Parts: sequence; structure tokens; C-alpha cells
Amino acid sequence: MSAEPAISVKGLTKRFGDKTVVNDVSLTVQRGEIAGFLGPNGSGKTTTIRLMCGLLTPDAGEGIVLGHDIRKEARRIKLKVGYMTQRFSFYEDLTIEENLRFVAGLYRLKRARKVVEETLQDLGLHSRRKQLAGSLSGGWKQRLALAACIMHKPDLLLLDEPTAGVDPKARREFWDEIHALAAKGLTVLVSTHYMDEAERCHRINYIAYGTLVARGTVEEVVAEAGLTTLLLTGTSAQTSKAGARLKGAQGVEQVAHFGADLHVVGRDGAALRASAERVAADTGCTLTASETSLEDVFIRLMSESADNMQ
Amino acid sequence: MISRLFSLARLGTLIAKESIQMRRDKLTFGMMLGVPLMQLVLFGFAINTDPKELPAALVAPTQDRYTRAMVTALELTDYYRFIAPDASAAEAERMIARGDVAFVVTVPSDFGRRVARGDHPTILIEADASDPSVASGAISTLSEVAADALLRETGQEAEAAQRAATQLRVAVHRRYNPEGITQYNIVPGLLGVILQLTMVMMTSMALTRETERGTMENLLSMPATPLEIMLGKIVPYLIVGAVQVAVVLLAARAMFSIPFVGSLSLLLFGVFVFVLALVILGYLISTVSRTQMQAMQLTFFFFLPSLLLSGFMFPFRGMPLWAQYLGEVFPLTHFLRLVRGVMLKGADLADVAAPLAALGIFAALLTLVTLARFRRTLD
Ligand SMILES: Nc1ncnc2c1ncn2[C@@H]1O[C@H](COP(=O)(O)OP(=O)(O)OP(=O)(O)O)[C@@H](O)[C@H]1O
Ligand SMILES: [Mg+2]
Repeated sequence: MSAEPAISVKGLTKRFGDKTVVNDVSLTVQRGEIAGFLGPNGSGKTTTIRLMCGLLTPDAGEGIVLGHDIRKEARRIKLKVGYMTQRFSFYEDLTIEENLRFVAGLYRLKRARKVVEETLQDLGLHSRRKQLAGSLSGGWKQRLALAACIMHKPDLLLLDEPTAGVDPKARREFWDEIHALAAKGLTVLVSTHYMDEAERCHRINYIAYGTLVARGTVEEVVAEAGLTTLLLTGTSAQTSKAGARLKGAQGVEQVAHFGADLHVVGRDGAALRASAERVAADTGCTLTASETSLEDVFIRLMSESADNMQ
Repeated sequence: MISRLFSLARLGTLIAKESIQMRRDKLTFGMMLGVPLMQLVLFGFAINTDPKELPAALVAPTQDRYTRAMVTALELTDYYRFIAPDASAAEAERMIARGDVAFVVTVPSDFGRRVARGDHPTILIEADASDPSVASGAISTLSEVAADALLRETGQEAEAAQRAATQLRVAVHRRYNPEGITQYNIVPGLLGVILQLTMVMMTSMALTRETERGTMENLLSMPATPLEIMLGKIVPYLIVGAVQVAVVLLAARAMFSIPFVGSLSLLLFGVFVFVLALVILGYLISTVSRTQMQAMQLTFFFFLPSLLLSGFMFPFRGMPLWAQYLGEVFPLTHFLRLVRGVMLKGADLADVAAPLAALGIFAALLTLVTLARFRRTLD
């Protein structure tokens, strides 16, 4: 039973008009795993998540979620999945408490009153429970939405950018909670644009323009990209001059400033090193080898798939 | 298995939520009760299909006693009120063109002479028939009134009496509404029109509002079935409808003293089936439109023809046959037959079985179409 993956979809395809938004996506998430779902804006993350919880019908492909067919058993899936939408989609003209009551009622939770009460306590919103949800700040809306979608103790959480606009402390608490839930056997698929969040996932899946282009642990994805990263240090005047010269130089694919430091990335390690050494010598910067970050890899993947699209 | 497809608890949750939202939307809520009352007062008092005391101008160069007799007879019909009793032909022409008068009565200068000679006297009545209903009642009473007036005036009382005795008299009984009071016809009809406008419009926005605000995605991702969602949306509006019905009926009684000769429970049952058909129609509109604006437009697209073809504005049997067939597709048509039948004629269940059945079929068919149309997904 638990050997069976929580999510297993194959060849998932979705078109809107003649635009293929999700193209032949196959993806597996094991039970108890926290899977990151990453990709540029408009790459099809939200659409894929909707396909997985039966909110959209795929044009091709099939999938089993929590042991149920996504085409035929959407109702059963809905009972066991908590889906947090990207855009706040609870009722702004209901109070916090009324929204939670509504959710509890739809799932027919036993002792609904008590569950709502506890959720309010956990959230720290007990004193504001009579406040209209629409009057909450963006971050609080996110926290309310998350609390609402785990109230029925789902087996799988589908979170679509759950921490967009949430402050760092709340974000950390949120991730602690996610890890605690996963430890108890809950499976989580979470889409995000934050690199630090991607690194907190057990495995990540990277989608670009509807196609899944990378997957694995963070280390695997970084290693697979085969990138070389070098670091130039010096005064900010030196590095900015170096940056200008390195842009478009032989073997240099990415140039990024981090404070006074300069990050250069490329696939062809030898060519990159040659260019960087020349420029470092000319500008008086110090050159050291560095570790490739996930962000470097994603930017690489993004431009690669953009090229493929053309 | 059944409980998985339909749960009263879930329905209760949906209804509670919808009611709270309805209550919070103060403006809409006020409109739901205020608009019916306003419309009832406005239309009830304003609409009159048999208008009386319409302004008229008189062009009579020689004001002899025959002319005066004619004018008095016309005024006595209650249809004419001579606001310009001594106008010139040109003045009268201007007045009718401007719409200041609805009629111009011209009595030629040789009228008296011709009457005396026993010739064929002629008077001309020009009616502003740009609105035909203004003219009809006034004109229909005319020839008889004029003839009798003249006979009397020429001292032929006996002859007039004899003519009345020997000639064929057609007896007309205005049944159910002997005085032909327009409001008796309009006010029960208004009940249908008001219900139709508010019920269809309100429910037609119920789902589109969720789509527009993005809450639909969340609602669909939770375990509520299409039937539960539909009932959750329409039950609160049924209750609003019930309140509207009570308001309109009480007001009809208090303000217009509309007679109520039939069975109240039969009327209420009919109203219930009608309102049911309406809210489901509204809900159907809601499932096909993407925005509240579209829903509104669809509602009016439906509302106007039903107003014109149902027999509310114009007599149903007076329409060409094809229009009557078309009229049959509107629930309002059947409701009007039912409500007028029960309120004014004291019709019993057997009498109104046909319109009642028609309304029931509407409700059932619309439910089927709606549940088939409902998108369980966001596609
Ligand atoms: N209902 C729809 N009809 C037509 N096109 C759609 C629809 N929903 C999404 N799209 C298109 O599909 C593409 C993918 O959208 P999607 O929301 O899945 O991207 P995403 O990866 O979630 O982006 P983001 O990071 O900005 O949230 C976009 O180009 C979008 O315009
Ligand atoms: Mg998205």
C-alpha cells in the first residue's frame, strides 16, 4: 500500500485552444515526500496541479493520485487532497471563522466546531476570528488558506505558491510545519519560485514551457546540469568593470553580481576559465572556483528551453 | 453510496454560506425587497390600458344646441375631457401634433342644418393613434353615443326608445372585472413580472460571482456535488422569493384592493412552482456565462420577449398564432394564466392544471439541462 507512489502521472498533456500548456509531463511523487515544483511564470505549474486534482481534464495522458484515477475518480481524490490555490480563493465576504466552518462542513468533519476552534488557535487568529477574510493582509490570507486546506487531514497536499508574499519568519514556520506533516506520512507537492524553498524539498521537478526538463534531488539536478561556476572578487569598481567585459565573452553564459562579488557560469569549463582569467588579470580581480547554485542551474534551464521553443 | 452523492449536512453548509453572503451584500439585499415594492407601486398605479378623461380639442365654428348636445354626450362617456372647447382648426392641428390633446373633435358648420334637414350629418373625430390603445376605448363607444344623443336632441325620444327596443342589442358582460379596472389585470401579472426579474437576475449571478472572484476553483476542489451546489445556491433565493410574494400580495390587497376569489393555498403552490422554475433558469444562465455582465445580458435577453409575449403587456389571444406559440415557451405566460385564474376567477386545481403542469415541466427540464451543463472542472 505505502509502496505505491502518492502521485504517478504519465504523458499528461493539456491544451488551451491550440496552445499546449502542459506537454507530455510524467511525474512521480513518493508517499511522505516533499516534492518541489519549479519553473518560470506561465510554464504550466498551476495547470499541472489542477490536472492532478481533477479540476481540469487532461487532453492526453493518465495518472493515479492516492490510488485513484484522475480522470474517473476525481471525487475520491478531492476527499483526500488538500489543494491550496495560487490566488486566494476563500470568501472575502465571510469572516475567518465562517470560512473555516464552511470548509469543515463541506468535508463533513466530525466535531467541526472543535476543529475550527483549534485551527484558529494554531493560526493565532482566535482574537480576529470575526474579521472578514478580505480584510486580512496578503501573508495572513496565505496562512488562513493553508490552515483551511489541512483541516480535513488530507493524505496529499498540493500547494501552489503557498508562501508568495509571506514574511521570512512565517515562511520558516510554514516549512517547519510542512516537514512535520511529511514526517507523519503526508505527501506534499509545492510549487515555488524561491530557491531556498526548493532546497528544503526532498526532490524537485523543473518544468519549462509545459515540458518537465529536470528532476531529482537538488544535488542531482545541479550535477546533471554540468555547469562550472567561478567567483571574481575585488572592489566593486573592479568587479563591475570585469562584469561588463565578461558579458558575451567566450564560454560565459551567465554573469551575476552579488554585492561586490561576481558570479560567472558556463557549461564549457575550459573556455569559461580562460575568459575569466584574462579579465581577472586585466581588472585586478581575484579568481576562485565556486559551487554552482540551483539558481544558476534554473537560469540555464530557462534559457535552454526558450531556445528550444524557437 | 447515496450519502456520498448527496449530504444534507453539506447542503446546509452551502445554504448557510450563501445566506451570510446575501445578508452582507446590503445593497442587493435591500433591492430584493425594495424593488418589488417599488415596481408594484409604480406600475400598479401608472399602467392603465383603458385610459379615461383624455384631453381633447373641439373645433366647432357654430356652437348650436346640436353641437353642445354632442359634446356633452362625449364628455359623459368619461373618455373625453375638452381642454380646448373652442379651438380653430389650425390650433387643434398643432395641439394634436404636439401631443397636448389625444383627440380633435370637429363639428362642421352645417351640422345643425343637416340634422334639421334629416340629412346625413357627419362629425369628425381625429384620434392620436400613434398609441393605438389610447384611441380604442374612446372610439368604440362613439357611434352609439352620438346617435342616441342626436335622436334625443331632435325630440325623438320615443323613436330612440323604439330603436333600442327593436334593434339587435348585444349584451356584453365584463366578467371577473365588471368595471374593467386595469389594475385587476396588471397587479396579479406584476407579481409574475417582479418575481421573474428579481429571481432570474439574482440566481443568474450566483455561480458567475464565484467564477469571477476565483472562489470557484476552491469550491470545486472540495467535495460538494453539482446537485448540492445547485440546491445550495437556489434554496436561499426561494426563501427570498417567498418573502417577495408575501410583500406583493399584501400590498396588492392593501393598495389596490384586488379581489381575491380563489384558493390561497393553490395560488401559493403555483407561485412556488413558478419561482422554482425561475431560480433554476437563473442558475442555468449562471452555468453558461463566464462573467456577471454576461449573466445580466442573458437575463434581459430572456426578460424582454417574455414580458411582451406572455400576455402581460398585450392580450395573449390578440397576438398572431406564431407569436402565441412562441409565448408558450415562457414560464411567465403560464403563470399569468394561473395567477389571474386563481385570484380573479376563483379557478380550482382542475382549471389551472394545464399551466401548473407546464410550470412543473419547465422546472424539471431546466434542472436536467442545468445538471448536465454544470462544469465540475475549470475547463
Ligand atoms: N483557462 C485557461 N485558458 C487559457 N489559457 C490558460 C488557462 N489557464 C492557464 N492558461 C495558460 O497556460 C499557461 C500556463 O499557465 P499556468 O498558470 O499553469 O502557469 P504557472 O506555471 O502556474 O505560472 P506562474 O508561475 O505565473 O503561476 C499560461 O500561458 C496561461 O496563460
Ligand atoms: Mg501558477
